[in-house]
Amino acid sequence: MSKRVMTVDDSATVRQVLQMTLEGAGYEVLQAVDGVDALRKLASESVDMLVTDLNMPNMDGITLIKEVRQDPGNRFMPIVMLTTESQPEKKQEGKSAGASGWIVKPFKPEQLLAVVRMVCPV
Amino acid sequence: MSSLLETFRDEGLELIQELEAALLELEETPEDSTLIDRVFRALHTLKGSGGLAGFDNVAGFCHEAETVFEIVRAGERQVDQALVSLTLRAQDHLKGMILHEFGDEAVDAEVTVELVAAFQALVPYQQNPLETDHEEAEGRHDGQATYRIRFRPNPSLFRQGVQPQFLLGELALLGDSVVVAQLDNVPALNEIDPEECLVYWDILLTTDYDEDAIRDVFIFVEDDCKLTVQKIDDGSQLDQPEDYKRLGEILVERGDLTESDLGKYLQEKRRLGEALVAEGAVNDSKIKAALFEQERVQKLRKERKTHDAMESIRVKSDRLDKLVNLVGEMVTVQARLSQLASSRVDADLLGISEEVERLTWDLRDQVLNIRMLPIGGTFTRFKRLVRDLGTELEKDVVLITEGGGTELDKTVIDQLNDPLVHLVRNSIGHGIESPEVRNAIGKPRKGCITLSAKHTGANVVLTIADDGAGLDVARIRAKAVEKGLVSAQAELSERELFNLIFEPGFTTAEEVSSVSGRGVGMDVVRQAVDALRGSIEVRSEAGKGTAFALKLPLTLAIIDGLLIDIAAENYIMPLSAVEECIELTRNDTEKSHGRNLVKVRGEIVPFVRLRDEFSFNGRCPEIEQVVIANLEGVRIGFVVDHVVGEHQTVIKNLGRMYQDIDGISGATILGDGRVALVLDLQKLAEKAEIKENSKFT
Repeated sequence: MSKRVMTVDDSATVRQVLQMTLEGAGYEVLQAVDGVDALRKLASESVDMLVTDLNMPNMDGITLIKEVRQDPGNRFMPIVMLTTESQPEKKQEGKSAGASGWIVKPFKPEQLLAVVRMVCPV
Repeated sequence: MSSLLETFRDEGLELIQELEAALLELEETPEDSTLIDRVFRALHTLKGSGGLAGFDNVAGFCHEAETVFEIVRAGERQVDQALVSLTLRAQDHLKGMILHEFGDEAVDAEVTVELVAAFQALVPYQQNPLETDHEEAEGRHDGQATYRIRFRPNPSLFRQGVQPQFLLGELALLGDSVVVAQLDNVPALNEIDPEECLVYWDILLTTDYDEDAIRDVFIFVEDDCKLTVQKIDDGSQLDQPEDYKRLGEILVERGDLTESDLGKYLQEKRRLGEALVAEGAVNDSKIKAALFEQERVQKLRKERKTHDAMESIRVKSDRLDKLVNLVGEMVTVQARLSQLASSRVDADLLGISEEVERLTWDLRDQVLNIRMLPIGGTFTRFKRLVRDLGTELEKDVVLITEGGGTELDKTVIDQLNDPLVHLVRNSIGHGIESPEVRNAIGKPRKGCITLSAKHTGANVVLTIADDGAGLDVARIRAKAVEKGLVSAQAELSERELFNLIFEPGFTTAEEVSSVSGRGVGMDVVRQAVDALRGSIEVRSEAGKGTAFALKLPLTLAIIDGLLIDIAAENYIMPLSAVEECIELTRNDTEKSHGRNLVKVRGEIVPFVRLRDEFSFNGRCPEIEQVVIANLEGVRIGFVVDHVVGEHQTVIKNLGRMYQDIDGISGATILGDGRVALVLDLQKLAEKAEIKENSKFT
């Protein structure tokens, strides 16, 4: 059974690139547009991994990661954050919230896959 | 699904609309942080999406505006009318950039530049550090090395969503690995918290990748674990003893056993491993990991040794010299055959001649190859020298060698020893500061000297670099003036100043020691390198260190030469120094008013007239040729009558009578039996320079 990845980003372009890349590598993709949308969908769907942007309206990525980790069912799920802010403190903030890793935007498909495969192989 | 470009267009235009709305509101209430956030986010998203959709211009442009709003967001700048107007203009411009991709007219590039400059002017200093470079080079290491890795994650690792087995799997992709799990932190079953990661791992990895590549595997968890990576065997070093360390030593190095405990257990009659396990001093799996390491390194070293032994036989070197001489003769005869064959109309003869030519060249390459030895053996000897000199001068120095497998002609290696010794002595004597000084200026206590070798084309470059004080330009200058080497007013480039240290009798050391300060040495180094037809270059930075780069030919016996003629006499120039050949008409000469300068693609290059240099009378041809040579980074032209072409040059010594003639380094026999002299371009250039200087003084 293929692994299911939820991608959370307010940009349609980023969502499309994520979907095309991940589906191409054999993952199943579920999209969400922001933190609130992601939490709503996670309540009814189960996923193997989360890829989320940090800077989003309604609910930002850091809050989303913290919320997701509250759910006992998602305590060990790999979470990768997408960020253009390559500053270490942003990464650190995400890590403390419970992120497993990060990808710096803009990324190339193979860079995305290298990270995704490292935390959640197909 | 619509195409990615269309998705981006729709999203981009929406964001631009949002940007406009937020900006207009911001104009009314410039203090409103929610609005500032909206502007920032729109720009930020546009940048991210643009980059992904291939609109690098949009991404780059947004970045400039975003940087300014990041400052505003941090409260370090107020929003004013000017900023809003500028950003509104930028917003219109962005729209144009996106729509251009869909058939609209291109935006005015000048406006782009203007707007970018306007945004940049609002940034007080470099706000964003350099963008992370995504094109990371593959961390390949030169040759195979073996690492001892201990990965000890914090117990909270699982809650980070990280699965250690994936990391170990990733590591296994780098090379041949053995993993031993260490369980000594795992408590009794009734005390286990299954959500905690209490296991840690010892990994032994033999890989072509370097340490950075190994650490990259753990990049996401580097703050959540203790990671040690130690290189325990370097495949590119040839001098290691075949036996590896003893079990006790390995355990102490790994921190699993203290030195004093080791002493205690060694006195027991049992085998160390058994004694340690029986006494509970070190557990079984740690011994297992250490034994794996011992076995692996021993095996690797043994393999390397048998590999070397199996494929080599010892031959007296004079036999090889004879062989090289014979091949040299053969190359000469073959050249005659080729010349003869090409002058006759005989297809059969030509066929045979070409075949002989091909075989001769193959034979030449093979024979020269036999004389090639790795420089590593020479490097090894320096370990001792550095250690002894370091102790003598009370300096803490470590020697690092790289590229020990690089091969050079045996003769070259033999003659290199003395110059290298001089350079290493100087580095320790002059370069590396004492441990106290290094401490005081914040450098590591231990000084570092790097000896490295690598191939570049037909040459090998040997570098001797130290991380010491660097050359003192002012002192070199003062000393040179004192010695009368240069006049006090002379304007000298850094390079020219550095080169002064190669003058005979030059030293800046205040006291003479057994190591340095007598001023014999650097000129000897230069002479030795010259004799090998090599060149030497100095780089130095005050406080950072000095590096000497010795560029040496791979071989001395046969070189690729450029055959030229002057007044119907043939000469050879080493092709490795030649950059290009250009024409020089009499007209050019007249225009230059007697100065020997020629313009080569915008650069003024001085030249030497070999006709004048060799005092040939008679008229030079209407169109002469200038051979542009690169001598230690300086371009100099040599004017000759004709350039004939490439020539495989077997170098013959001129014998004792003629060997000291400056500017001539040897001779060779041409295909028709005539002799051509091999020119030493460096010396010729120096002679010409001296003449030129004395003309004006």
